Amino acid sequence: MEKRVVFRSAWLPYALVAPQIVITILFFFWPAVQAVWYSFQLQDAFGLKTQFVGLQNYANLFKDGNYVDSFKVTALFSVLVAFFGIAISLLLATMADRVLRGAMAYKTLLIWPYAVAPAIAGVLWAFLFAPSIGIVTYVLKGWGIDWNWIIKGDQAMLLVVIAAVWNQISYNFLFFLAGLQSVPRSLIEAAAIDGASPLRRFWTIVFPLLSPTTFFLLVVNIVFAFFATFGIIDATTQGGPGQATNILVYKVYHDGVKAADLGGSSAQSVILMFIVIALTVVQFRFVERKVQY
Amino acid sequence: MAAVSLRDVRKSYTPELQVIHGVSMEIKNGEFIVILGPSGCGKSTLLRMVAGLETITGGEIAIGERVVNNLEPKDRDIAMVFQNYALYPHMSVYENMSYGLRIQKMSKAEIDRRVQNAAAILELKNFLARRPRELSGGQRQRVAMGRAIVREPQVFLFDEPLSNLDAKLRVQMRAELQSLHRRLGTTSLFVTHDQVEAMTLAQRMIVMNAGRAEQIGAPLEVYARPATTFVASFIGSPPMNLIPRDGKLLGIRPEHLEPCAAAQAMLTIDVDLIEPLGADILVYGHEVKPGGDASSARVAARLPADAKAQAGKLAVRYAPRNAHWFDPASGKRID
Repeated sequence: MEKRVVFRSAWLPYALVAPQIVITILFFFWPAVQAVWYSFQLQDAFGLKTQFVGLQNYANLFKDGNYVDSFKVTALFSVLVAFFGIAISLLLATMADRVLRGAMAYKTLLIWPYAVAPAIAGVLWAFLFAPSIGIVTYVLKGWGIDWNWIIKGDQAMLLVVIAAVWNQISYNFLFFLAGLQSVPRSLIEAAAIDGASPLRRFWTIVFPLLSPTTFFLLVVNIVFAFFATFGIIDATTQGGPGQATNILVYKVYHDGVKAADLGGSSAQSVILMFIVIALTVVQFRFVERKVQY
Repeated sequence: MAAVSLRDVRKSYTPELQVIHGVSMEIKNGEFIVILGPSGCGKSTLLRMVAGLETITGGEIAIGERVVNNLEPKDRDIAMVFQNYALYPHMSVYENMSYGLRIQKMSKAEIDRRVQNAAAILELKNFLARRPRELSGGQRQRVAMGRAIVREPQVFLFDEPLSNLDAKLRVQMRAELQSLHRRLGTTSLFVTHDQVEAMTLAQRMIVMNAGRAEQIGAPLEVYARPATTFVASFIGSPPMNLIPRDGKLLGIRPEHLEPCAAAQAMLTIDVDLIEPLGADILVYGHEVKPGGDASSARVAARLPADAKAQAGKLAVRYAPRNAHWFDPASGKRID
């Protein structure tokens, strides 16, 4: 059933959507168009001279080893964040689904991290893992592990992955919990009578039924890892050490704002824009046409 | 196939909240038993205790020689058909039916033999590759039965399997269930709230009320000699009339009342509702006491189609052998 509101006035509906449209144009379309325009230009560091260079900025990007490295770093980072974010939250949701007593408290606690801004989450974990004063560092040292993410690239990556995953788990958890609760109890019982062990029931019945949720979360988590983790990176490693955690979105900021390469930075954001458009299309194509059982 | 024994089976969720108050019954090998009762009477809980989906708080359930109280559902050698069918939506009909067999690591050839055999019995041969959502309600129902049949269990458990079907399909599936039982001869427990299903399917039935078995017996026996006022008023449509008489309750079925001259009246009804059904006519009204004032007891009578039914006083009589007497306090039958 479609619900329609019919306005008598000719201008009222336009007036009602106008603020949304103005904001979208001003803060989304206009900068996007600008980015595309700047990406065809070369500007000197002081902004005194501007020159149209066509696709030169793009060509330079792919010749730049740093940019290609940043792509690889981003791929690794988003795969790790999406995989662990989904796996851990699925585990937590499965356990929360079984809890009978204190379920509300348990769920509420698991949802809390989502209220923490990514930058704050980054700082939090950076302190816990701080090379000189971090409590986790202290414990690790006790186990003979030399922990210093400021100079070790893989440890820096691990830190930002932990912070990002921790930040994203609540969101995934909520969706998985809702998904689990919509799996009919009788299906599980039928499988139990059929002789399937709890683990087998999970992998052959529950997990396939959750696949629409899992797919949706996969896309959302990749988008999160690509874009929303800027705050985490900026508050902790700032892309370092070296290029170890310099993900694409951070590189855009770094090259444009700090290195004053406006054209190159714009070209990078245009590429990012296409990535997010592609992800959105994938999401709409598959999630909207949700598998109907 | 096996006999099933329920020995003083009890279920309570907390010490205060007891839902099954000791049900005992010996079910013979190959018998078709219907557990009948209104919603909330504990009939599904009882079935789920036999299945192993609910723990047994007290008493014993034995399937064959084995007491199964502490066995997992899979080790009880039962198969269950659920009210909503509980088909695995992401698997084909074939996969649905073979899921349990594959878990048992049965050989491919044997699995195929059993599935094909069940599909033939249930006329599902052409649908084996389909997903449940591509099937109609009746076909899904058959798949659910197929999944039960291929296991070749000792006992079939049915939890209101026909209640999601439309009226016509329900009648058809009822007949198919009957012929299936004749063919396979597997001991079956069938839960329903529908007395017609119970009357037509059951070899014996348990009428349950508030966690107690009010009466156990063959359908016609239960109909002819209800053990309590609950059974009397639950079975039969319209139900048995219960009329206070001399400190007892007189039970008389609507079809046992026949119109007569006022002088012979054993009962006078002040008719206020008439339902002509074609084959017969149902009339309803309050009983008129000899003093003249209408008592509170509602009385229904089933009159032949050619009877002249009209609102107002209707004198009826009944054969004394058709009268049942109950104790108003306990509701128990008095013989």
